[in-house]
Amino acid sequence: MTEVTLPARFDGLEMVRGLRLPARLEFTYTAGQATTRFLTHLAEKRIVGQRCPSCRKVYVPPRGACPTCGVPTTDEVVLANTGTVTSFCIVNVAFYGGSMELPYVSALILPDGADIPLMHLIQEIPAADVHMGMRVEAVWVDEDADGRVPPSLESIRHFRPNGEPDADPATYADHV
Amino acid sequence: MGAERVAIVGIGQTHHTATRGDVSIAGLVREAAQRALDDAAMTWSDIDAVVIGKAPDFFEGLMMPELYLADALGAVGKPMFRVHTAGSVGGSTAIVASDLVASGVHKRVLTVAFEKQSESEAMWALSTPFPFSPPMHAGAGGYFAPHIRAYMARSGAPDHIGIMVALKDRLNALKNPYAHLHEPDITFDSVKDSFMLWDPIRYSETCPSSDGACALVMVDESLGDDAAAAGRNPAWLHGTALRSEPTLAAGRDQVSPWAGRECAADVFAQAGITDPRKQVDVVEMYVPFSWFEPMWLENLGFCGQGEGWKLVDTGVTEMTGDLPVNCSGGVLSSNPIGASGMLRFAEAALQVRGQAGEHQIDGARTALGHAYGGGSQFFAMWVVGSAKP
Amino acid sequence: MRDIAIVSFAQFNSPIERQRNEVEMIMPVVGEVRDRISITKDKIDFVCSGSSDYLAGVPFSFVTTLDAVGPWPPISESHVDMDGAFAVYEAWVKLQMGKIDTALIYAYGKSSPGDIRRTVTRQLDPYYLGPLWPDMHSIAALQARQLLESGQITEADMAEVAARSRAAAAANPHAVVSGTESAEELLAAPRTYDPLRAHDCPPVTDGVAAVVLAAGDVARELCDRPAWIRGIEHRIDPHALGVRDLTRSPSAAAAAKAAGVADGTVDVAELHAAWSHEELLLRRELGLGDDVDVNPSGGALCANTMMATGLIRMGEVAERIWAGNADRGVAHAASGPCLQQNLVCVLEGE
Repeated sequence: MTEVTLPARFDGLEMVRGLRLPARLEFTYTAGQATTRFLTHLAEKRIVGQRCPSCRKVYVPPRGACPTCGVPTTDEVVLANTGTVTSFCIVNVAFYGGSMELPYVSALILPDGADIPLMHLIQEIPAADVHMGMRVEAVWVDEDADGRVPPSLESIRHFRPNGEPDADPATYADHV
Repeated sequence: MGAERVAIVGIGQTHHTATRGDVSIAGLVREAAQRALDDAAMTWSDIDAVVIGKAPDFFEGLMMPELYLADALGAVGKPMFRVHTAGSVGGSTAIVASDLVASGVHKRVLTVAFEKQSESEAMWALSTPFPFSPPMHAGAGGYFAPHIRAYMARSGAPDHIGIMVALKDRLNALKNPYAHLHEPDITFDSVKDSFMLWDPIRYSETCPSSDGACALVMVDESLGDDAAAAGRNPAWLHGTALRSEPTLAAGRDQVSPWAGRECAADVFAQAGITDPRKQVDVVEMYVPFSWFEPMWLENLGFCGQGEGWKLVDTGVTEMTGDLPVNCSGGVLSSNPIGASGMLRFAEAALQVRGQAGEHQIDGARTALGHAYGGGSQFFAMWVVGSAKP
Repeated sequence: MRDIAIVSFAQFNSPIERQRNEVEMIMPVVGEVRDRISITKDKIDFVCSGSSDYLAGVPFSFVTTLDAVGPWPPISESHVDMDGAFAVYEAWVKLQMGKIDTALIYAYGKSSPGDIRRTVTRQLDPYYLGPLWPDMHSIAALQARQLLESGQITEADMAEVAARSRAAAAANPHAVVSGTESAEELLAAPRTYDPLRAHDCPPVTDGVAAVVLAAGDVARELCDRPAWIRGIEHRIDPHALGVRDLTRSPSAAAAAKAAGVADGTVDVAELHAAWSHEELLLRRELGLGDDVDVNPSGGALCANTMMATGLIRMGEVAERIWAGNADRGVAHAASGPCLQQNLVCVLEGE
């Protein structure tokens, strides 16, 4: 490190080694048309994906563009509230902004009818019993007086086993 | 019209550590750059252009850092460029810098990649949920853990493979004075017994968060010849490749991404490598969670699908094996995110120059540097050799 | 050096885009830039983009927007957190190596989600300048003040630039601001960031732009009159404002010289002058005479899609060359406080 010679009058002064500089920026995000539709459906407890007109794959959550074809995905496809666990991990560490009780299971769940898994929580089963191929169903938060829930993926509180036998590996092999 | 040959004649890095409280961001990058210049027996005024790279600007809260760093990196009055390709950025930055020489646009380029994670909220920047998406996974580890689990299921790999890789890399790091983590007391059991963060990833199988910078000086063929004549053997560039694929696409294989396979095939073809397992002497690959080593070995074509863990299990990737991987200790031992990719590229170059000191592989003549980023979707790779291509 | 040309261009700007997110905005523009020359995505050899996380308010923001170009099969791709003009530079360098013949560059930015005036302060020296949060108009105003005090420009000159730009923008469907006021009328408006007035400052703009580059004969196949890049250079000045003479931009002059601006007649120049005084300064640094048609698009004063403004300047010049309205033009891009970093590109039709 370069040695710096300071004037004598600086002797004994404490060097400033660092500065803590809080910064705050506020943003108003635009969900975009695809996400807006997805969230609107969620408010009515429907999981709705979008199909690419070119490759015919169903994306959930949809983002308006097929990432492989680069074309708009506009056909809506209502998906079941059930799906298959294609993979998962058990989270033992709290993270910034998280409020889940530890440990919890974060899983990739392939909703029936979709071609891409979405990430969500698995609960109502010991973490050690969660396994690939497990069949699960969405558990929603309580509806309000109008029968609606907040327009957010957090309105699905979690997924839980639905009692069906494990999925045939062939049905999700592409996703492992 | 062919591309100009590129020689790497200067390599420098900082001592990676949790907090460099003694230098500012400018001081950090300058330290690495100065070391690279000294290694190249060059001065700041010899440089024609500067290329920097780092991970997202939200890490340090500094937008477009090339503006602030122009003075510190001697770029005033010169072209200065900044690359950003997520985690692979250190690698892609080196590639953009090498393109400036390979294209004949410049003769002497300084490139620096860095991250001052102690001055950042890296965990926040990595975990901050995308708008309108609830935060489901706990940072990078939580994102990759399910894919690692999928690899284990696919390949039938035994549980201890991840532990072996972590142990190997941390023991290798003891031979690298620049590495962040120096754990002389580490053992198989200490790794195995460490806290399980995101099952199946343990604490000791996870990369640290580091302050660090890496710099390279690249020159054209004639200047490379001059360096060789002066006894400073360059590392010669044999190939570079970049590939990207979408984040969430139906049909993506996040265990062995198509983009990774394509990128490796491209860079090996450029370097005239038809049998990587035999022709590559040493590998520096981007392994932030130990299980990525067997996964990348397969993805890069060093072995068949499902065979990567066997290379680990039989000691092939140890420094004593015939395909040493991450002799520097790798990302598992030092992870200044923006610099990590360039460190892989730099360590590969150090090996073929015979400059890797205690972690040198004798007779290393061909080395692969590998970097990846995003959701295993951005890949940057280069092959360097001690002889000209 | 290999001959590389801009062969296609598309843009979209709006004052505030609340309906669509970035991916939804980018897709039609990328589609259009390809469709204009009937090129399919598999014929693009390299993709490079420019954007900034700070505009989006999301780290790694460019990662999701990549979906808009459909990178499947995997593509050779790179990204800069700089104006798209610099992404053009990266692609141009790669094309020089002779292994590829085409490149797609796109750049985008939504300035409306955050307070862009404050956001841009994050570019400044994080120890000494950033903590003061000097908004971008105030920073620009410092330079305007210096230019005025030095006698090199007058407020009337600035108003002329604004009036001319706003009038020209009326003919530009992609401008978000235009006007018919005279310079005198504009001078009567109150100062907002003394000595700047509202019309001296850039409008908040959300937008996307894209170009396609092609080499040699491939360019000739794709475009009747390619806009050849005869020179493309960039330079940077010191960061600290007090270290610089703010009445000058040496990096702009150096880039212009290296790019060979003075090697021929300049018919048209599109300058990344987001504040009116910047145009006056840049004219001088780039050596542009009064006969040069400057910012016929209305320039950044009439549409300032941050991170794409410089790229749009290139596209605007290219369009005029394709149309036969110009033979040789200059496109300029800038970055940083008070024109700290400058890129100059000389384009020519055959």
